[in-house]
This record gives sequence, structure tokens and C-alpha cells, in this order.
Amino acid sequence: MSAQGDANRRVNEDESANVNENTSTSGVPAPRGEGEPIARRRGMFGANNGGDTSGYGGLARTVRMPGASQRPYGGYFDEVADELEGALEEQGVDPEAAIEKTVVDRGEITFHIAREHLPVVCRTLRDDPALRFELCTGVSAVHNPEDTGRELHAVYHLRSLTHGRLIRLEVSVPDSDPHLPSVVETYPTNDWHEREAYDFFGLVFDGHPALTRIMMPDDWQGFPQRKDYPLGGIPVEYKGAQIPAPDQRRSYS
Amino acid sequence: MTTHATRPAEARETTEGTVYTVTGGDWDEFAAAVESADDERIVVNMGPQHPSTHGVLRLILEIDGETVTEARAGIGYLHTGIEKNLEYRTWSQGPTFVTRMDYLTPFFNEAAYCLGVEKLLGITDDIPDRASVIRVLLMELNRLSSHFVAIATGGMELGATTVMIYGFRDRELCLDIFELITGLRMNHAYIRPGGLAQDLPPGAVDALREFVKTMRKNLPEYDKLCTGNPVFKARLKDVGYLDLAGALALGATGPILRSAGLPHDLRKSDPYCGYETYDFEVPTTDTCDSYGRFLLRLEEMRQSLRIVEQCIDRLEPGPVMVADKKIAWPAQLALGPDGLGNSLDHIKNIMGTSMEALIHHFKLVTEGFRVPAGQVYTAVESAKGELGVHMVSDGGTRPYRVHFRDPSFTNLQSMAAMCEGGMVADVIVAVASIDPVMGGVDR
Repeated sequence: MSAQGDANRRVNEDESANVNENTSTSGVPAPRGEGEPIARRRGMFGANNGGDTSGYGGLARTVRMPGASQRPYGGYFDEVADELEGALEEQGVDPEAAIEKTVVDRGEITFHIAREHLPVVCRTLRDDPALRFELCTGVSAVHNPEDTGRELHAVYHLRSLTHGRLIRLEVSVPDSDPHLPSVVETYPTNDWHEREAYDFFGLVFDGHPALTRIMMPDDWQGFPQRKDYPLGGIPVEYKGAQIPAPDQRRSYS
Repeated sequence: MTTHATRPAEARETTEGTVYTVTGGDWDEFAAAVESADDERIVVNMGPQHPSTHGVLRLILEIDGETVTEARAGIGYLHTGIEKNLEYRTWSQGPTFVTRMDYLTPFFNEAAYCLGVEKLLGITDDIPDRASVIRVLLMELNRLSSHFVAIATGGMELGATTVMIYGFRDRELCLDIFELITGLRMNHAYIRPGGLAQDLPPGAVDALREFVKTMRKNLPEYDKLCTGNPVFKARLKDVGYLDLAGALALGATGPILRSAGLPHDLRKSDPYCGYETYDFEVPTTDTCDSYGRFLLRLEEMRQSLRIVEQCIDRLEPGPVMVADKKIAWPAQLALGPDGLGNSLDHIKNIMGTSMEALIHHFKLVTEGFRVPAGQVYTAVESAKGELGVHMVSDGGTRPYRVHFRDPSFTNLQSMAAMCEGGMVADVIVAVASIDPVMGGVDR
């Protein structure tokens, strides 16, 4: 428990240290209204640098993710939500503050968790006999660059072998302050998964035992799976050696 | 640092000759100094190019004599950016990438991906029965071929080259079937969102029946060769120990989890592709060690054969792609003189008689279909454990984000727990029993 508190404190310290201009000064992710628009896309074919000669370049589309659901959620979802809220209340955590939103879509339930409450939520989900989500299948990350204040998402899937259930936790953090507490203490399996999410998205998991790059070389610059990172076309740098971008290499034609 | 003896060891004459006594004096101090001097530790880099590390896996072992005191894995040498690449291709092009991730379990990768796309589209229930049966058939054949490689390479690393020859012989038979059905030995991209790329070719069912018969004959050979073999048992028993609490904490699934006695199998607990209708068992052992995992893999292969037989009996004629023409590619594949491609009849139709069909074909192939915004998680029980896909769509024609939870990646984390405190030689056995494939670990 003390280490958990430690992780929380570290998050709070980082928040106060990094005041960002994109979001409110407290550093918490910006609240999101109804409808969940996360981005706007133009054109039809993804080419937006003048290469689109289709005439459809003026089309605009708002990207909307499934919004918050109202009870009843259906199936075992209500039971899980009730148990989680009850167990959090018992520990003195306000469920309203910890669970920002609950989304039920395509037969799956997603709890959007406020990042400072993630460790206690995970521990509760794992240890509460009525919940017992023993198996964490790691963390995936999503980058929504246009969703200001909630650019980076960490997505956890928890599986209960005891009850045969599967839920999803989602934590959103702003790009300017990409910190969230690590859950390695509760789910040691997330060690490598969190390193991977850090490596590719720059999510900083506070309290992780050794948050280093795992796939990319140690001295790699940037976070390759972010949306603003190009696919190819960049010079390859590895331990000081420079290999030019594919379009600038020698060709024999 | 080390204290050297300042006086010679005491000598006394006996009938056998001079006897030196090295106890006493500062010998104890010397021994203690050697023990506590931490620069005496040896760090061994095993890999990334080493025949016993299953591809480009780098193991960093800190050893004390023959004992491993600390083990770490360095990965990422085979990172190919498949997840990133998927975001730049249409949904239908995805299988071509994902089949190359864990190259020993291509059908599981494809099936997990396609089940995810289908769930996002909301067409899970529309997949034709025949397509699901063939998916199950191929996945179970793939389980066989993957386990054959696991056993074969595991045997080779022990020096049991006969096991390797046997394993690769039988894997080759599986690959022959794959080649017959999909046209390729590996990297098939045969399972597509909505169904399959094409139907079974003529003669496939006969070949499958023949295959099952051969396997029924070949599988007991592994028992004869290994199961009771004292050398094999001595190398595998109690090696790579990981109990149930450890396996769950480290997220290990598949044979590792089942070797700890928990019969967890997604085919039973969260069935997909109609697995709930097949008759098979989930074997377990409670030995928590490499030997148990070997026995499990053998038994799982027998169960897979049972499922394959049931699949053959269930194959009813019918479509292998969803009826929705907005998702199914309009291709009518046929074998021409220059290989497999669109049938001449189909080309004649779209080029000569139906402009709408041509436009539709063009749009669907170049632009692809749109998938409603949202996210899903689908998982299949791959030969190595839970292969999960987290898939996000923004409503466009390409995936917004696809993340694969590859079982090899997660299971490999348990390497340290299995190896620390054991012998260096046992690291090889433990890693072989995890059966990591670096294409899947690094993606």
C-alpha cells in the first residue's frame, strides 16, 4: 500500500511541476462532453497534402467514439460495476471521482478511470472476491492527437478466470503531461507491456521498476506509434550510425 | 581486494608423502573475500544470435559458477512495426501483415485479427458456417504445426536431434496441407475479414483424412522417443518451474498456465468460431515444469486431431464469405495458366458488361470498406496462449490502432522466474518450454 501511495504522490508532484497550457492548470485531463467527438477528418482517401485529385477533398467528417452508457448495462456488467463502486466506497474512494465514465459497446464494458485512482481500482478488481480479475492482458495505448487534453489513452483488459468475465479500463492523459501510475505492483505482467507503451507512445508509468525502451534501440528519439510520427521516410539512427531515409538512398536505376 | 596467504601452508610428512594443510591461517578470510567480491560475477550474453535462443532473443545471464543468479531478456531485435503499418493499410490488407507476426501461428494471428474486424463491423453472426469450420480446422492444424516446432527445437537444444528430425518431418506434413489449402506454406493471409480468401481446393478433404491417419501413427512416436526416456526426463523434470500464482501474476497463459494445473482455455471459457460445439478436452498437468509442458503439448496435439476430424465431418457445401457485397471482395478466384487470380469470367463481366461492378470492385479494393468507430478486444487461444487483439476504429477505411497482445511476449517475461537459481544448461530447457517466437514477441 505504501508503494501505491508513493506512486500517487509522484503523479501529483509531476502534475504540479508540469503546468501545461493545453489543459486546465491543475493538470487533470479536460472533461469531455456528450457525443464523444474526438477528431475531424477531411477528404476521403487520407491524402491531404495536395495529392488527392478525387474532388472529395472537401468532405469533412467528425469522428465520434461511443459515448457514456446508462444503466442497466446488461449481462454481468451491472454486477461488476456495482461491486467495484461498493468496494471503492468501502476504501474511502469516491466512485464518481474514480470512474469518470462507463461505456458499453459491442458487448464490452469500458470503465474510464481517473489516472490517480488507477492503482486502487486495479488492486480492488484483483483482490475483491466478487470481482477477482486475476489476469491482466497488458496495456495497449491509443493516440488521439486531436482530442485536446486527452490525447493519450492507456487501455487495460482484465480477465477474471474465476467468474469468466472480461472488462476494459481506459485511462486518458494529456500529451503535455503523459504520466500515469504503474500497475506493475498489482499485475507484474504489465512490466514489459508498460515498457512497450512507453517505448511507442511516450506514456510515463510512474512507479514502474525500470521504465526503459523495450523494442526500439535505447537511444531512439521519439515515440514511433504516435500518430504524428511518420511511417518510414526517416533516417535510421542506431548507436551513432546514420542510414538515410529510403527515398534518399543510392539507387541503381 | 583479495587477501593472499602470507605464509606457506603447513606441511607434514606422512607415509604417503608430504601433506599440506591449507585450512587455518588466513584461508577463511581468503574464501570470504572471494565470496563477497562482487566483481567476480560473470555476465554471459546468450544471443541475440545463438541457436538455442529461438531466433533473435538475447539473454543476459549473471552466473556464479554454473548457477544463474540473475536472468534478463533483451528483445526488440525483430521489431518490424506491424502494428504501425496496419494503420496505413485497409482493413482487408491487415491479414497480410499479421500473419507474419508469430510466423509459426499464422492462422491464429489472422483469425484474431479478423474476429476483431468482424466484431467492430457487427457481423460476427453472419460469418458462414463453412468459413468458421475451416477456420477452426486451420487453427487446430496450426496448433499441431506450432507444437511440433516447439518439441522439435526443444529437443534439438538438448542435443536430441532425432526429436528435431521427427518434429520437422511432421510439421512439414502440416505445411503441405496449408500449401494445398492456401497456396502458401507460411504467411497465408487466408482468413479475411468476413470469411476466407477462397474455398477449399478439390482433394483437400481426402488429403486431410490421409493426414489425420498419418498423424495418428506418428504422434505415438514422440511418446516412445521422449516420454519415458530417462535422459529426456532428467533434463526436463523440475526445470523451468513456475507455479500457478507465478503464472497468473506474470500473465503467462497457454501450456505454461495449464502445466500449473489450471484448465484455462479460451476455446472453452470464451468460445469463438463455434468452438463450444466441438468435443475436446483441455489437458493439464500439475508439475509446473518443462516436462509437464512437453506432455501437455503432446496431449493438446491429440485433442487437436480430434477437432480436425470433427471439422472434416462437418464440412457442408456453402459460401465461405459473408453475403454482404460491401465487405466481401467481388473476386472470383480461379487457377489460371499464370497462377491464382481473378477468374476470366469475372474479369469479362466487370470489364465488358457491368460498369457498376467494375466501380464497386475498384472502390472496395483500393479504398476498402468503412468500419464504424469504436474499440473491441478479441482473443483466441493460440498454440502459445491468449492471443489478444485490441482494435480501434475511427470510422475510416483503415484501422486507427491495432495492438496485439502476443502470448510469446507475455510468456517470455516468466523466463527470469523460471531460470534464476538454476543451472545455465537449464535456461535452454526453460526457454524452450516457454516456446517464444520472436516474430510474435517483437512484432
